[in-house]
Amino acid sequence: MSKHLSKLTSPLIAVILGLVVGAIIMLASGYDPIAGYGSMIGGIVGDSYYVGESVRTIIPYILAGLAVAFAFRTGLFNIGVEGQLIVGWLAAVWVGIAFDLPRIIHLPLAILAGAVAGALWAFIPGYLKAKFRVHEVIVSIMLNYTALHVTNYLIRNVLTDKLDKTERIADTASLRSPFFESITDFSRMHWGIVVAIICVIIMWFILERTKTGFELKAVGFNQHASEYAGMSVNKNIILSMVISGAFAGLAGAMEGLGTFGYAAVKGGFTGMGFDGIAVALLGANTAIGVVLAALLFGGLKAGALNMPLETGIPSEIVDIVIALIIFFVASSYFIRWIAARFKKGVK
Amino acid sequence: MEYVIEMLNIRKEFPGIVANDNVTLQVKKGEIHALLGENGAGKSTLMNVLFGLYQPEQGEIRVNGSPVKITSPNIANDLGIGMVHQHFMLVDPFTVTENIILGKETSKAGKIDLKEASEEVRKLSEQYQLSVDPYAKISDISIGMQQRVEILKTLYRGAEILIFDEPTAVLTPQEIKELIFIMKALIKEGKSIILITHKLKEIMEVCDRVTVIRKGQGIGTVNVNETNPNELASLMVGREVLFKTEKTAASPTDVVLEVRELEVKDARGVSAVKNLDLTVRAGEIVGIAGVDGNGQSELIEALAGLRKSTTGSIKLNGKEIRNLKPRKITEAGVGHIPEDRHKHGLVLDYSVGENIVLQTYYQKPFSKAGILNSKKIFEKARSLIKSYDVRTPSEYTPARALSGGNQQKAIIGREVDRNPDLLIAAQPTRGLDVGAIEFIHKRLIEQRDAGKAVLLISFELEEIMNVSDKIAVIYEGEIVAIVNPKETTEQELGLLMAGSKRTEAGGKQHV
Repeated sequence: MSKHLSKLTSPLIAVILGLVVGAIIMLASGYDPIAGYGSMIGGIVGDSYYVGESVRTIIPYILAGLAVAFAFRTGLFNIGVEGQLIVGWLAAVWVGIAFDLPRIIHLPLAILAGAVAGALWAFIPGYLKAKFRVHEVIVSIMLNYTALHVTNYLIRNVLTDKLDKTERIADTASLRSPFFESITDFSRMHWGIVVAIICVIIMWFILERTKTGFELKAVGFNQHASEYAGMSVNKNIILSMVISGAFAGLAGAMEGLGTFGYAAVKGGFTGMGFDGIAVALLGANTAIGVVLAALLFGGLKAGALNMPLETGIPSEIVDIVIALIIFFVASSYFIRWIAARFKKGVK
Repeated sequence: MEYVIEMLNIRKEFPGIVANDNVTLQVKKGEIHALLGENGAGKSTLMNVLFGLYQPEQGEIRVNGSPVKITSPNIANDLGIGMVHQHFMLVDPFTVTENIILGKETSKAGKIDLKEASEEVRKLSEQYQLSVDPYAKISDISIGMQQRVEILKTLYRGAEILIFDEPTAVLTPQEIKELIFIMKALIKEGKSIILITHKLKEIMEVCDRVTVIRKGQGIGTVNVNETNPNELASLMVGREVLFKTEKTAASPTDVVLEVRELEVKDARGVSAVKNLDLTVRAGEIVGIAGVDGNGQSELIEALAGLRKSTTGSIKLNGKEIRNLKPRKITEAGVGHIPEDRHKHGLVLDYSVGENIVLQTYYQKPFSKAGILNSKKIFEKARSLIKSYDVRTPSEYTPARALSGGNQQKAIIGREVDRNPDLLIAAQPTRGLDVGAIEFIHKRLIEQRDAGKAVLLISFELEEIMNVSDKIAVIYEGEIVAIVNPKETTEQELGLLMAGSKRTEAGGKQHV
């Protein structure tokens, strides 16, 4: 019990410190932090509409966080989640548009297409690492740009005739939920939350309960010992990237099939893939931690939208708070030092 | 006589364990004082307390009679306490001088005067007869030399009391002789030395007094000239220790391992093993004797499937296993206690239990249809921990937290438990204390007596002579002689290992 508590202390202190420093910044810029945070909280859970929108925001954060965390746990740094997310988005939408099928086949097929596209995109850095020891960070980061421009090209030239976005997906491939919409005052909350929760369970199950997870983690910790024990290091590196990429692709698919219903030409990255790194870090790379961190991140992002409306505080303040939280999490050594000081003082 | 260092009734706790309990260590000026204990007995903890890395819960430290509080290594340095670490803290691309002055640079107008510093290093080196070249790069000098640089580093900082942490673990026999000479020279110059070790031979040779710790408890201090290795060993382990491994004559039967004309290339593409023939039969222990770097590592890796061999044949029970995947070789009946337990033997971040099923996790009953059965895994772990006396808080403890000897016992338990026809033991006792060594030798002989084939690779001649039924001497990747341990001497083996062929037999022999 106390072990679990201490695991939580450091992120919790980081969050509090981030909020406190954020308040100081608001004060310094001449805003009222209490009103600011009040409106933010209102924007997260103020009424059922806001709750629905918050949940919708959280979905891709959970999946992107899982993608990064899964790779981390197996010794890899998948910084290409952003690119895998973008290709997953497009692939899911493509299937959603191109086919005319009953819902029971069409929707799973579209979701699957997103996962497969993300997995294939992540297969490239995995394969190159396994085969030629090319560092996955370099390859996957470059593939982010490739993904961005290739999908833009496909949307403009293949899926449409020089338009900026695709047509809407068929209803049979949509994750939109009249039920969720009706109980949340017509927010865009969709079935993606169920997919995200299933993925959380899948990640936990693979890593903690299966022999595949045992191998993946072993290879991540010590390749030499894994080889000695008869595991295939190369196979596991590729598999880890592929699973990670599938989660990332699903994050994109949720946006494409749920929130938006189409894929648009992007001027730049969505940022969700990179935020996934922060979510994974804050969540200590565990499945449940990722959920908690995504709740916080998604909540802050959703609540931020309400701040300028109610109090005139620019929503960028929330970006600063998020950045501060990440900063404090990353400097967890500093936090632990403070915590130790604090404990001594109490004694 | 006055004490330079007194550590009185030191107690140091870590969550869940008491690492030091009521330990007293008093070092006289000008003596070499040994701190003796098994792996994990608490020697390093005590020294880290002295060096300011840990704060004791109870007890007092006095330097030259006056009580002090050592809260950081800097304070320890100021008090004249210097530590020669087991794992050197040197910057490889820097020169000797640069390493020595690191953190203590004297500069003129922001520029370090390396010339003057080098001169000072040279003088110190001469004074203590260390013969270190101040301008040599660390990456270019031998391990023994690097250790002297560490010694110089402490002297340059004005150390009067030098702590040596297992200094001989990494040295060759020749280098050990030189180190002993250096330690004696340091004493002549008025320094005092604390020597952390578990090697009784060294204590008998150089030390004046010895303080023994067992399981965190201070057992007492004895004068070296009033004791003997047997007494020290039993003080350290807490029971009688047998130095000569007891065994009956071997009764070899069928050929288990047959290596013919094997060639293995090393990482640079040079033949490390060439034209090597070796036979190991069921019911015998074949020891491979040789100086480090004569192809032993490459041979083992080739046998275990971790390195591809270029030509030749490796047969296990008559079946060719050369260049098969490690898993196929394991399943064919090979157990392997690897040379480097941290690199190959264990996933240090995995629990002891998970490490125990490292090669068998995919088999029943540990997993079924791809799902692990942790109940069965940890059940197995518990039974092996018990039968191999692995001292660990629990089967869920990360392997990293165990002492070297207990890590090794876990590996041996795992390998022997799979009941392999051939057990390869590469340096199975490196860095271990006498109690653990005795345990491991017994297990190897048990395997032999159970009709298994055992291949032992070691750089310790004593171990080879003691345990093997047959000794194969390896030199430059070839087996140059096969000798009977009962009919040979350490001198003869030493000559063979150095490349002089046996006079009466001559030439290469088949086993």
